[in-house]
Amino acid sequence: MSMAPIAVAAEVPSAPVAPTAGDGLGRPRAGWFVRITLLVVIILWLIPTLGVLVTSFRDEAVVDQTGWWTALAHPFRASEWTLENYRIALDTQGFQNAFLNSVAVAVPATVMPIAIAGFAAYAFSWMNFRGRNLMFVLVVGLMVVPLQMALIPILRLYTSGASIGSFRVIPDFDLNGTLLGVWLAHTGFGLPLATYLLRNYIGSLPSSIIESARIDGADHFTIFWRLVIPLSVPALAAFAIFQFLWVWNDLLVAYVFLGGTSQNRVLTIALQTLNGDHAEDWHLLTSAAFITMALPLAVFFSLQRYFVRGLTAGSVKG
Amino acid sequence: MAAIAVVAFAFSAAFGFLRDTEANRLGVVAVAIAVGIGGVFFVFWAMDQLVDALPGRVRESVRPYVFVGPALAILSVFLIYPVANTILISFRDAQSQDYVGLDNYRFVFTDESMLRSIRNSALWIVLVPAVAVTIGLVFATLADRLRRGEALAKSMIFLPMAISFVGAAVTWRLIYSYRPPGFGTNIGLFNSIKIGLGQEPVRWLQERPWNNLLLMAIMVWMQTGFAMVVLSAAIKALPDEILEAARIDGASEFQVFRRIVIPNILPTIVVVTTYMIINALKVFDIVFVIGSAETSGTEVIAERMIKWFFVSNNDGRGAAIAVVLFLAIIPVMIWNVRQFRQQEQLR
Repeated sequence: MSMAPIAVAAEVPSAPVAPTAGDGLGRPRAGWFVRITLLVVIILWLIPTLGVLVTSFRDEAVVDQTGWWTALAHPFRASEWTLENYRIALDTQGFQNAFLNSVAVAVPATVMPIAIAGFAAYAFSWMNFRGRNLMFVLVVGLMVVPLQMALIPILRLYTSGASIGSFRVIPDFDLNGTLLGVWLAHTGFGLPLATYLLRNYIGSLPSSIIESARIDGADHFTIFWRLVIPLSVPALAAFAIFQFLWVWNDLLVAYVFLGGTSQNRVLTIALQTLNGDHAEDWHLLTSAAFITMALPLAVFFSLQRYFVRGLTAGSVKG
Repeated sequence: MAAIAVVAFAFSAAFGFLRDTEANRLGVVAVAIAVGIGGVFFVFWAMDQLVDALPGRVRESVRPYVFVGPALAILSVFLIYPVANTILISFRDAQSQDYVGLDNYRFVFTDESMLRSIRNSALWIVLVPAVAVTIGLVFATLADRLRRGEALAKSMIFLPMAISFVGAAVTWRLIYSYRPPGFGTNIGLFNSIKIGLGQEPVRWLQERPWNNLLLMAIMVWMQTGFAMVVLSAAIKALPDEILEAARIDGASEFQVFRRIVIPNILPTIVVVTTYMIINALKVFDIVFVIGSAETSGTEVIAERMIKWFFVSNNDGRGAAIAVVLFLAIIPVMIWNVRQFRQQEQLR
């Protein structure tokens, strides 16, 4: 959305360093009061997720009659635990299909903006052409546009094309409800930030590398593909993780352009539908909710370093 | 050249397959991913090949536009054209048949439910950033003193950022759950505490106007981690000398925090706060998933936009709400960018 937090992101340390002990007047050590305060906040922050996780593995009958925390008092009463909720959610409620759809939406919708922004960022950094600066400012300036401004016209383009007067400028591609339609929409919304971030990174690569490759006779396509892409992996990974999670967790774009048919719908739509139809079936809702969270949480725990960078840099889009 | 034609034909065949197929879903997904990823690289490769076929003089002056062209084309169709089009639609009626002047805007600023959504959004943009930034700042400062486990403590607060708004809304609906007498046990955390204290259970999400605060709590829960991580980085970047100098002069820890830490990281605080204001302005999913916004008085601007555009099929009103949202975001962005520039100059 704005460019500012990106500057902050550059400072986010890759691994938070604990202050060294015994450095005289250095940072004070945590006393009991500080430790207890931190612990209380952490517990408060974990309770919601813990409630969902515990409930999702409890038998329907006990879920309906006792709070999830009562299960923590007797965690080894096997008869109260079950995987049945997950089976019903995945099979009967169609979350297996929705999971696959989410993958089919999110993977290309992550790669496409990165590829397109990467080529543009390379041109903005290392090629000379008329209108270069003006185009770059225009691209970055589009970060102000909220998603809501784009929904109505794009939906109309997808369902009926565009005409000026009676002259048809863009034909009716019938893209509504298709994967390509959602990919393109996500690509459009992700491009300004991706171009800005990648331009910063690719533009800061040492010019000697690019120039010596030019002298050796490499063309731009080869330099981009063989040299710039491999060198830019940290920036690409940070943005990729952010964009993947953004698309995976998105409800709005999927709701408007992909719709809620049981064949098409992604996880967020499936969960929202279940939340409406089975509002009090908590054994189902919690297991379904956890299915939608599983992949983002796995990404979070395994790639935390990139994840933090990507989010702090990318948290500014929309 | 023939190769390009063959691959292009293969992709169009694959799109036809994806649109019509009843085949195994896993297979469809695999084909979709291959087509999506392969397609975008193919487009660039094919265009580059075509440029190579041009005469030498024009070749290198055309090539940059091959690299930036797709980005500009997509941005034109998906952002630039829609902004202009949405503004036009906002002056037309529900089906964009007739010009209605400022009627849609009059609706935005007179309709009872719209006015409530504006009031609620105003509360969201004040309270959510204020609470999230305060908790994040205090937590970052205190966690900074831990000798071990700082990273773990911080990741516990940051974890909800990985969850979708829909998932978070369902998660918190369990906490706020209410069942009227005769409809089963109250298993929600809040009502169980109420009952434990000997009080009557409460229909939390219907309690006007407090239910708005309960929805804001969901966003605070999700976004505090972001504020905490960014502010923590800013605190760690402070030079040790100025902190030590203050301590040698006998300043208490609270004084160091108030007089040294806060003024020095103020630009970062402003940047984080403005970013959260923009996010709070655009919040839609939480209110939408919790549902029955009109009967509970929890409407917000972005949620109204979807309601009028997508649920009630009134494009004119939806567009007018979107334009109002856009105009509300611009000054925050200017503030944000200006602060960012100042921060850059200080470095």
